[in-house]
Amino acid sequence: MTLRTAVTAFHPRTSEANLLNRWHQWKGVSISTVYTDEELEYFALRNSCGVFDLCPLHKYRIAGPDANDYLNRLVTRDVRKLAPGRVTYVAWCNDAGKVLDDGTLFHVSDGVYRLCAYEHHLSWLMASAIGFDVSIVDETTDVAGLAVQGPTSCAVLKDLGLQGVETLKPFQLDWYDLNGVPVMCSRTGFTADLGYELWVDPANALMLWDVLFEAGRFRGIRPVGAEAYEMARIEAGFLQAGVDFIGAAQIVRPGRARSPFELGLDWLVDFNKPHFNGRRALMREKQTGSVWRLLKLDVEGNKPATHAYIYAGTSKQIGFVTSALWSPVCKANLALATVKQPFGEASDDLHAEIYYQRELHWSRVMAACTPVTGAFWDPDRRRATPPADF
Amino acid sequence: MTKALVIGGGHNGLTAAALLAKRGVDVTVLEANPAVGGMAATLEFAPGFRAPGLAQFVYQLQSDVVKALELEKHGLEFAATGLSTVALSEARDHVSYDDGTLIGHSISVKDHTAFVEFNRQMQAFADVLAALGNRRPPKLGYGDRSDKLGLARLAFDVRRLGRDDMRQLLRVGASNVYDVLNEWFDHDGLKGALALDAVLGTHAGPRSGNTMLTYLHRRSGTFGSLAQPRFSNDSLSEAFANAARSHGVSIRASSRVANINVVQGRVSGVTLSHGETIDADLVISNLDPHTTVMGLVGARHFDTGFVRRIHHVRMRGNAARLNLALSAKPSVPGLQLGDYAQRLVIAPDTDRVERAFNPSKYGQWSEEAVMEISLPTLGDPALAPDGKHVLSATVQYAPYQLKAGWNDDNKSRFTQQLIAQLDRYMPGISSLVEASELLSPLDIEQRYGVRGGQWHHGELTLDQFLFVRPTYGAAQYALPLDGLYLCGAGAHPGGGISGAAGRNCALEIIRQEGGV
Repeated sequence: MTLRTAVTAFHPRTSEANLLNRWHQWKGVSISTVYTDEELEYFALRNSCGVFDLCPLHKYRIAGPDANDYLNRLVTRDVRKLAPGRVTYVAWCNDAGKVLDDGTLFHVSDGVYRLCAYEHHLSWLMASAIGFDVSIVDETTDVAGLAVQGPTSCAVLKDLGLQGVETLKPFQLDWYDLNGVPVMCSRTGFTADLGYELWVDPANALMLWDVLFEAGRFRGIRPVGAEAYEMARIEAGFLQAGVDFIGAAQIVRPGRARSPFELGLDWLVDFNKPHFNGRRALMREKQTGSVWRLLKLDVEGNKPATHAYIYAGTSKQIGFVTSALWSPVCKANLALATVKQPFGEASDDLHAEIYYQRELHWSRVMAACTPVTGAFWDPDRRRATPPADF
Repeated sequence: MTKALVIGGGHNGLTAAALLAKRGVDVTVLEANPAVGGMAATLEFAPGFRAPGLAQFVYQLQSDVVKALELEKHGLEFAATGLSTVALSEARDHVSYDDGTLIGHSISVKDHTAFVEFNRQMQAFADVLAALGNRRPPKLGYGDRSDKLGLARLAFDVRRLGRDDMRQLLRVGASNVYDVLNEWFDHDGLKGALALDAVLGTHAGPRSGNTMLTYLHRRSGTFGSLAQPRFSNDSLSEAFANAARSHGVSIRASSRVANINVVQGRVSGVTLSHGETIDADLVISNLDPHTTVMGLVGARHFDTGFVRRIHHVRMRGNAARLNLALSAKPSVPGLQLGDYAQRLVIAPDTDRVERAFNPSKYGQWSEEAVMEISLPTLGDPALAPDGKHVLSATVQYAPYQLKAGWNDDNKSRFTQQLIAQLDRYMPGISSLVEASELLSPLDIEQRYGVRGGQWHHGELTLDQFLFVRPTYGAAQYALPLDGLYLCGAGAHPGGGISGAAGRNCALEIIRQEGGV
């Protein structure tokens, strides 16, 4: 028997808008790959307002007297001071200090948390609950989510009637009333731009979609598919599980999992907090050194370095590209790459070996690469509160 | 000076304490009960009547431990040594055997011949296990030289058995005792008693997997033969305690540890139940792994994967203890006078042992129990008032999770059933009973703090043996928390009054902590 792919709470609207009828499978759930035009959708994210269907994102509700202790043991970052109404970016590891996934942790209301992640984690979260007084519920299908991202997003939400939404600071969340329906809005997203995420009961999903698009009619609102969102994600320099690293629970070959240090997530690891999963292994790695290093690269030329090998000089192969694109907004050729330590310094004379095809004929170029520290795309409006009224 | 605390004054805890103190460590043993000795300590169960706690015989003691602790100098005495096992029969067809001889009027010549070879081979196998048990279990897949050496020694020990024995060990080592006994013998009473040897104290029937391992483990003692310590003066426990004291260990009884304290990924000491905090560099737990990790330290100080494994270490107690205060010596028709003081067993045949196990899988006790019985007052009269006697029995099967619940009513019903059963073998014993005590696995859990009332601190099965005892990540005595060690039966090589776990643990601490 073949099971029909699951669809999201917004499917009646997204399927109507998906003129190309191209669908992307996100952990077994269909979302639009592209609705009408990938570039228009991308530019909506950067120049006006793009709306992305977040429903398939795994969401776990964690509550109970030990919820904070539990989470602080689960993730590598110190989340003891995460106040209600705040969101933070976290990663979590297995016993060997290898990253299982990264995601966002919402302190939804006093003592009630929501952990959002790309992979399935219920089994690990339940196992981690042994010895803690917590309840864990997979609420993935109990909450419908939309990302509303781009320079006009705040104005759209104000027009929608979310009063005071302009006072939300980055990584802050609040509850709003929308025609008598409670809507949670967080100033979060995957685009490194001004943007919000809206969370509602799936029963209200279509109502939300309708009033949102009505409110944004004159502010360039547009549904965006997975491809455009992925472009913005790479420009943001964010990691994607399954693309830039494989979650340690999905790994079958030894040596393929990554520690937070190997993913450039050192800043998420806090050895001064109480015990957390992987602490001993990470302490050891800190002393003995890591194997891999994640690089953000500015690549010469305009050929996307998709799946390219990375060389020190032009002959010593040291790694590979995991995500790449020509960035229209940065006017740069960007890549995320994994290389073997100790390589990855600017002095290593890095090159990407890029193959590209023109009318069946393959060409190859060795493009010089410059490691970039900090984000590729990081506009001031990402942080400005209140945001300018575009 | 390094300061160490040992939690639990059982024989393994005292062994580890003594050996560390000998190396100059400042060791304090914290025992929750009023007396040390753990499961080997003697307790009064009725006015004037005393009985061994759980360990009524000694058969796994390691000569390395006896030597290192000079136990004999420190007062170890035996009420009886060189004991035989006597399989009781309702039909007066009793069979008696020890490691060399087999006596019984219905034993065939074939069984007699087989018994000699069986013993030789089993002892050779058990010796491999004993050698393995007296070393730190090797870790697999790591570069550590001593681990590689350990594996090489194991391979060498197995190979040295000779080609035929080695092949036989590989063939039957993980097998079940039921099939193996049927290969060797015909006599039901003999097979039943040997099957009981394999499953005593375990959650397994003779047909369960790897009961050959438990059988060999039981035979892996290297100090003397089956013996009964002098319980009336607690000589076994006291010898261990005296050895520890002689090296400067201080022993604090009635000191229950409520919590093992942790600071920044390292133990800092313990807090006692009355609130006192004691600081230490090392904490060595003689408690079972689950109680140590989940109960005393807390899951939050360990990684999820490790906690999940410890949480699922199988520890199902399935044996009860029955102590009877008797007004006179019971009598068994057809039993030789000298046999009363031996180790008596009721296990008529392998199928009856297996059938006794069946109900326990579903939360019920055996309607026809199998038992290991001693009359300790015969060799040690001071355990009872003049002319009176004690019958002490280990009774199987009595599951920890009894569906009906281990309340007083059910305990009394089970006791009556057991006495009625004994009466068939020892006619008239029911009228001799002045008082009785039944320790259910739940009582054992409460008295000794061992989860599930499981004596071995974790069932001794292949998946909880050697480098996975109690689980990987803790198999070499060190738990994944700096300064915390396991020295009890939950660690390699497992349960029994052997002292090997305590000794191995002390040696490992000396190795790891850089010659403390």
